Amino acid sequence: MKIVSKTILISVFFGLLAFVACKPKNTSNAVSGDASSKAYVAPGKYDEFYNFVSGGFNGQLSVYGLPSGRLFRSIPVFSVDPEKGWGFSEESKPMLNTSHGFIPWDDAHHPELSQTNGEVDGRWVFINANNTPRVARIDLKTFKTAEIIELPNSAGNHSSPFITENSEYVVAGTRFAVPGDYENGDVPINTYKETFKSHMSFISVGKEGEMDIAFQLRLPGIDFDKAHGGKGPSHGWFFFSCYNVEQAHTLLEVNASQKDKDFIMAVNWKKAEEYIKAGKGKKETVSYAHNTWNESTHTGNSVLKNEVLVLDATEFKDICYFLPCPKSPHGTDVDPSGEYICGSGKLAALIPVFSFSKMIKAIENNEFETDYEGVHVIKYESALHGEVKKPGLGPLHTEFDGEGNAYTSFFVSSEIVKWSLKTLEVLDRVPTYYSVGHLMIPGGDTKKPFGKYLVAYNKITKDRYLPTGPELTQSAQLYDISGGKMQLILDFPTIGEPHYAQAAPADLIRNNGQLKFYKIEDNKHPYAAKGEQESKVVREGNKVHVYMTCVRSHFAPDNIEGIKKGDEVYFHVTNLEQDWDVPHGFSVKGAQNAELLIMPGETATLKWTADRVGITPFYCTDFCSALHQEMQGYARVSSANSNVPISFSLGNNTPGSLK
Amino acid sequence: MKKAMFILIMLSSSVFNFSCGGSENTNENNQEKTVEGGTEDYDPKRGEGKFSAENLVVGESIDLDMSAKGEAISGTKCTSCHKLSEEKLVGPGWKGVTKKRELYWIMNFITNPDPMIEKDPEIQAQLELCLVRMPNQNLSDEEARSIVEFMRKNDEAK
Repeated sequence: MKIVSKTILISVFFGLLAFVACKPKNTSNAVSGDASSKAYVAPGKYDEFYNFVSGGFNGQLSVYGLPSGRLFRSIPVFSVDPEKGWGFSEESKPMLNTSHGFIPWDDAHHPELSQTNGEVDGRWVFINANNTPRVARIDLKTFKTAEIIELPNSAGNHSSPFITENSEYVVAGTRFAVPGDYENGDVPINTYKETFKSHMSFISVGKEGEMDIAFQLRLPGIDFDKAHGGKGPSHGWFFFSCYNVEQAHTLLEVNASQKDKDFIMAVNWKKAEEYIKAGKGKKETVSYAHNTWNESTHTGNSVLKNEVLVLDATEFKDICYFLPCPKSPHGTDVDPSGEYICGSGKLAALIPVFSFSKMIKAIENNEFETDYEGVHVIKYESALHGEVKKPGLGPLHTEFDGEGNAYTSFFVSSEIVKWSLKTLEVLDRVPTYYSVGHLMIPGGDTKKPFGKYLVAYNKITKDRYLPTGPELTQSAQLYDISGGKMQLILDFPTIGEPHYAQAAPADLIRNNGQLKFYKIEDNKHPYAAKGEQESKVVREGNKVHVYMTCVRSHFAPDNIEGIKKGDEVYFHVTNLEQDWDVPHGFSVKGAQNAELLIMPGETATLKWTADRVGITPFYCTDFCSALHQEMQGYARVSSANSNVPISFSLGNNTPGSLK
Repeated sequence: MKKAMFILIMLSSSVFNFSCGGSENTNENNQEKTVEGGTEDYDPKRGEGKFSAENLVVGESIDLDMSAKGEAISGTKCTSCHKLSEEKLVGPGWKGVTKKRELYWIMNFITNPDPMIEKDPEIQAQLELCLVRMPNQNLSDEEARSIVEFMRKNDEAK
């Protein structure tokens, strides 16, 4: 239940107004008769779209179906997930490594689907970590986090990870200006204007999706908020919203809202590439982690890197340009044609729409009003296509339907407004319940939107759902936009706090070569037991490695003896199943981490320290068959100085004696 | 009572499994396709799948190379649940299976278990004893053939 910073004051003024405005349009009269049938997906039927929704402060990415709003999966990305063993299994721990060490949490805001020719291609989805700056890539064949790269010189990775039209780059602009990691950062905070800089990363994306920080632009110390890539004619450019051009370092709520206009920064990244090729970048010493998941060893690998290429963009007049944009712009959205760039000034009562072709002409004709910190500022009118007048209060984000219409979310006046890109006239408006932040149309930030639906991701739910104490559910609202008028057809709760989202047609994802299980013969995990004949228990000093298999419904071995108090026991569990939807779970009494969920053909490892003498049980946590409850076993722990030898067995039920 | 409950679970899970298998390309009718045990066009001698008396080639003598391959594959994919003797583990022991069943029936069952579990009265009777559905281990035709060769060898051994 977060209120977007800097709108608090305004909210105080307009809050009452907004709620008064909303009050009469309650559920009963806002939803018309056929709404339920439009959002209804019958049992056993599939949804039309996958909706990838950021989890905000839960650090994950959740996957819903549209139009039903049904939740399919929460993909663990930046936060540990004990349910799936993410960050708890030995294999997944490296994925959460950073230059600060292991970090179990982050704040994930903006999913972005990979694109080919400006269209969603269903290969990967990227998402940012806001707090400890990182970008993750999730593989949409496995719905698993495949790669995480940390960003040096960055603080508050908010304007990220927006993408270019052929997935050449995902970008990451810093929200906080800070001294670069390669500079002395021990400076008085009030030397901000002199010592604080903003670095913007261009992360290249390889054929297999592999990420690499190609270069960073060094920029004046201002705050970068959101971004979108150019497309079609504007391909080769990137657009970032900026606030705090006042360069305040305290009470930004007031001090960063002084000027009438902040900026949208246009970056000619192809030009930056030329300078990099010409050797104008400087190698700077930094430290950042690059973590990759290996599908054949089922293991993450973290590498600490120590160099990044930095290009000081203020030394070159033709990489970056500022477009003046009213009042602390938030969303910066490029229409499907690539010609129009919409800035949403959070505190403005209008939406400026810039024209890419006019901007280029203005640059050619040197129509600059001034320089800001060494960067040309283009004359507002020279690049302006026009303004949408009085659209609402607190515009935040704009998406497009591909039919010449734009849809903008208004936080303060709690509504979505549809307007024409050509005439800039408001065509329709609908209330949201309440205080919409991001909005999303499937493919709505690409060259080829799929239209049909629009989802509002709201910041406040208040009275929309049954109360659950002080903390209420987060929520989304689905609108049918296929007709001339927008129609609210569904409310659905979301987990975490939803920020941006993406959606793709169901067939594009489900026919992309979805992985159903890992082939056991391709399993290259060093501790895999590919068959019960390979199961064993091996002592190495005070470490005990258990090579264990599981199949419906037993573990091999399931009786283990010879463990001593204080031993670190590694249960390497291989799931021998080779069928879809048959994971096994594994848990040990007293384990100070979590469970494992082991996919068919996969090997995963749970570390357990034997902290007391006695018998410790373990069992399968994922209901796997009618005899799932029988899927259990025992580990015997003897005293540290005992001479009980390591032994292990399965199926030997012969009674012994205590003698 | 306990057993009755397990059977109930099995029945409901078989419906579930069927809808998973059938949903690959079409999303139509997966509610209606629940199948009662035994249908009119099911041949219990042949089972259901690619293989039949006509297309399964079996040599007079056992191909030892092939059987060795089958033994290795079954170590990973089968013997967690099946003993080589007649003794039941999770599933029935393998001893004698090539005498009791046509080899093409075995080929069909191990490459295409789910539809056969739905339709074959004898497999259904077996499921009531074992209570665990034989999983689809996604064997290739070649892998399945080598496992059958290993089963033949196993049945020859004293």
